[in-house]
Amino acid sequence: MESEANKILDEVTQGDYKYGFVTDIDTEFAPVGLSEDTIRYISTKKNEPEFMLEFRLKAYRHWLTLVQPKWAHLRIGPINFQEIIFYAAPKKKKELSSLDEVDPELLATFNKLGISLDEQKKLAGVAGIAVDAVIDSVSVKTTFSDTLSKHGIIFCSFSEAVQNHPALVKQYMGSVVPYTDNYFAALNSAVFSDGSFCFIPKGVRCPMELSTYFRINAANTGQFERTLIVAEEGAYVSYMEGCTAPQRDENQLHAAIVEIVAMKDAEVKYSTVQNWYPGDKNGLGGIYNFVTKRGICKGNNSKISWTQVETGSAITWKYPSCILLGDNSVGEFYSVAVTNNYQQADTGTKMTHLGKNTRSTIISKGISAGKSNNSYRGLVRISKNAVNSRNYSQCDSLLLGARCGAHTYPYIQVDNKSSIVEHEATTSKISEDQLFYCQQRGISAESAIGLIVNGYAKEVLKQLPMEFAVEAQKLLSISLEGSVG
Amino acid sequence: MLLQIKNLHASIHGKEILRGVDLEVNKGEVHAIMGPNGTGKSTLASVIAGREVFDVTAGEILYQGKDLQKLSIEDRAREGIFLGFQYPVEIPGVSITNFMRTAVNEVRKFKGLDPLPGGEFLRLMEEKKRLVEITSNLTNRSVNEGFSGGEKKKNEIFQMAMLEPMLAILDETDSGLDIDALRIVANGVNKLRRPDNAFVIITHYQRLLDYIIPDFVHVLFEGKIVKSGGKELALELEEKGYDWIKKEQE
Repeated sequence: MESEANKILDEVTQGDYKYGFVTDIDTEFAPVGLSEDTIRYISTKKNEPEFMLEFRLKAYRHWLTLVQPKWAHLRIGPINFQEIIFYAAPKKKKELSSLDEVDPELLATFNKLGISLDEQKKLAGVAGIAVDAVIDSVSVKTTFSDTLSKHGIIFCSFSEAVQNHPALVKQYMGSVVPYTDNYFAALNSAVFSDGSFCFIPKGVRCPMELSTYFRINAANTGQFERTLIVAEEGAYVSYMEGCTAPQRDENQLHAAIVEIVAMKDAEVKYSTVQNWYPGDKNGLGGIYNFVTKRGICKGNNSKISWTQVETGSAITWKYPSCILLGDNSVGEFYSVAVTNNYQQADTGTKMTHLGKNTRSTIISKGISAGKSNNSYRGLVRISKNAVNSRNYSQCDSLLLGARCGAHTYPYIQVDNKSSIVEHEATTSKISEDQLFYCQQRGISAESAIGLIVNGYAKEVLKQLPMEFAVEAQKLLSISLEGSVG
Repeated sequence: MLLQIKNLHASIHGKEILRGVDLEVNKGEVHAIMGPNGTGKSTLASVIAGREVFDVTAGEILYQGKDLQKLSIEDRAREGIFLGFQYPVEIPGVSITNFMRTAVNEVRKFKGLDPLPGGEFLRLMEEKKRLVEITSNLTNRSVNEGFSGGEKKKNEIFQMAMLEPMLAILDETDSGLDIDALRIVANGVNKLRRPDNAFVIITHYQRLLDYIIPDFVHVLFEGKIVKSGGKELALELEEKGYDWIKKEQE
């Protein structure tokens, strides 16, 4: 019975990665390898002010003193930092003033990925989505910047923010994730190239979804982006992030930092659909996705909500976290992580309760297929002063087939007596009974897996903005295509 | 002839369960299959539906003249075979509406029809819910999740109404039902009876047959149909018990 179910699972989860193409774009590269010269090269290329170069060099020197952490439940091949290109940028012919001047190859690339950089394509009656498109190390286009600036909202590439809003960058960069935070954060702080910057002024509710689309194109390069979101008092923003990469036999490194600051009464909703190239069926190639994402609820009554759908990458090492500093602040983490074939994921969150009456919710749904390994790792820490705080955690694992692994590592530390922490965990399998039941109603095995998995992940998927939810549902089914087995 | 089973032998993990079953079902007929526990009633239903854990070692099953062994589980369903489960499985997070819409549209696709537009689908659901006397909130819930025994069985009948099968096999649909639920299930079947479809009702007890009057009753014992007759056979069984059959076979 087991083997029959396994066979079907195998067939369904052996689907192909749909975004594995490479675009031929005229690209300029930094010299291969990592040194202070590489960092100076990047800083000069970006025409950065002195404080940025200093920040980078300090981070680099700190990084040299660190060793790669080994505590995650991951097998990571050696990374030779001297073989990686740390900066790759599509060559610009001249300054762009309109979309017509963007390299048509680039536009075609994003069109192929289903990302519209054309503001005119906004559907009638539907609020548009402002997009910042980042390819390799640079942002190529940010849409709707003008519309947003009428509300006082700054939405631009990180590089532009450094040029146009250096004071804001200086004030907030590294304030949530300092360069000393961890090995990959230090590396990112030294060599980061681009990313998005988003500032919502006091009392403004951002009128449209903001999103950044990350694409790795060039070979042998790493992508090190940095995103900073600041929501001032009473502000609200919903932000989405998507990512894909070409299919290659070598592993490529992606080490990003995302920082979020929410002031009093502010709310930030951050959604990710991560679909980096996961490697082939035999575990060859794929992206190493080592990301530090953290938000701070700085003011009272503020709220930060992370929602992630992780289907890509050969290795994912990622713990979007919340520091709940303001009283009554709220942190949420909703996650669906799918691993198939030889993918590995070690993902979860940290909820650090510092303010009074703070609340956090963690809903994690892991789905493992093939020979993959999927771990949830979470820390809930409630400090002495965080009286009357609450956490609810639910960590579920779904196994498809008999050769994959699911692991849960919840850490809980509570330092006062008035707080309540709840943790629930389940592990289940798609049973032969469920498949047979669906098939007996005329539903193919493949659609049945899609239905069952989407049902399992429903609690998380419903947190996504509408535009993303449909995409994510399809992606979940596709990621497991060929995995019924 | 809708279904023709000839000398069917089937086993699970090397153990033979069906040992030469012969059965013929025509359009417009209702057949009841009765018998003691563990004689192969559910196995017969599963084998017709194509459950892969069973190996067919001899014999054949013809459905509308086609060799069923050559069809996948889903294609058998799309050709009009419906199995009402004895123990319907839970599918958390998948609403009955979504589940049925997927099923109905996959069947339509198989028949070369376009998917049913959302509005029409909902109208169809309402119509069938009324037909089988199902309250509206049931279909908003996840498939069988947290359902009572009666709700699960009513849901099976509702799905049968939605899919309008040619051949419906109900596997102990009456087990664990109180009298009201039993009546709803039976009414559902009676309303769906047509001259061009057929029902095979597997049951351990006679009581369901008070509500659904069968044209034929068969007794399955040790993997074979050992006795067939009209509806009065069920009453005779009720009166004499299965020991009667056992003794007769010895």
